[in-house]
Amino acid sequence: MGAIKVSNVSKKYGDTFALDNITLNIEENKIYGLLGRNGAGKTTLLNVINNRIFLDKGTICIDDKSMHEDGNCLGKIYFMAEQDLYPQSMKVKELFNWTKEFYSNFDMKYALELSKKFELNINKKIKELSTGYSSICKIINTLASGAEILMFDEPVLGLDANHREMFYKELMESYIENPKTIILSTHIIEEVAQLIERVIIIKDGKLIKDESVEELLTGCYCVSGLNKNIDDYIEDKNCISVDEMATFKSAVIVGENSSLEKNNQKKLDLEVSKVELQKLFIYLTSDGRLK
Amino acid sequence: MKLDFNNELPIYMQIAKAIENNVLKGVFEEETAIPSTTEISVKYKINPATVAKGFNLLVDEGIIYKKRGVGMFVVTGSKEMLTKKRKENFYNNYIVVLIEEAKKLDISSKDIIKMIDGGI
Repeated sequence: MGAIKVSNVSKKYGDTFALDNITLNIEENKIYGLLGRNGAGKTTLLNVINNRIFLDKGTICIDDKSMHEDGNCLGKIYFMAEQDLYPQSMKVKELFNWTKEFYSNFDMKYALELSKKFELNINKKIKELSTGYSSICKIINTLASGAEILMFDEPVLGLDANHREMFYKELMESYIENPKTIILSTHIIEEVAQLIERVIIIKDGKLIKDESVEELLTGCYCVSGLNKNIDDYIEDKNCISVDEMATFKSAVIVGENSSLEKNNQKKLDLEVSKVELQKLFIYLTSDGRLK
Repeated sequence: MKLDFNNELPIYMQIAKAIENNVLKGVFEEETAIPSTTEISVKYKINPATVAKGFNLLVDEGIIYKKRGVGMFVVTGSKEMLTKKRKENFYNNYIVVLIEEAKKLDISSKDIIKMIDGGI
């Protein structure tokens, strides 16, 4: 278990929609990437799923039970927020003990093991931790929580390359050993592109993609060649980005690259390549480009 | 095992191909176990569903088979089968590309043959 159903959810701050009528089914035991530009509404979405802010409209259900009516729902989720919400003068090991009070499946042995691996001093107070170690402390608490749904909001904030790598590996190991629903909200798309199975992209509070990463990436391609050949080629296509360099152009096309297309590309002497998730994200979320 | 995330091939196909290469080279011998989904998944930070998809491709082709509770094993005769398959694709995958590039550079077939003779 660990499925989340978000139905027609809206949240307004003043006149602007932070979330604009979002409907989303998060399937159990899959890893999701929640992507969006700064201020797109990612954290707001995570907050409403966790009942930390009130909805203006819509419902959230965890395993078919309404978040508002069933008090047990929240216990299924551990949400690693970006802000530091822990009591600042608490020691790390005390924090682990307290988490265990709220999450009965909290795995203390695992938490201590991870602390050792990441070299987190559990006798330090939360306020004494550096930015990186503050993230690590939250990561460990989340991984060890034993919750069925883990949500990470910017988990690798301040982490060095070694610690980021360790985090991704630990996450995979924990996921394979105990399959669970994982939502990773991050700006470091490149590093999670292979890790996530599905991707949710939001823009200006609206849901613009909820798809498997593979489907999304096989549903588009990049062509490059001489200006006029590209112009000919993209005329009847759904083109989301065009770049020009001297007499050369490259364009990103949404659509299947069928064998018919491949023949046309050959005739026009175009080079074809695949599009990276991060690039595609940039095209989909930069303004005025989306047709 | 080498995986290149910038490669044109989808990751699951690259995984399948990398395992095939290792079978061909004799790194993974027939009737021995190949690395598990978990090992590949954790080492390369790839979603286990992607790795499983790559494995399924090899199962369908009869290169590997599943031993319940133990792991994936290389099928007897798979090396020969792979050699045959790769030989069949050799023309399309290598010769066609070679000729295309040679045409661009105005290299004659005679010169290509000379180079090949010198290379082998």
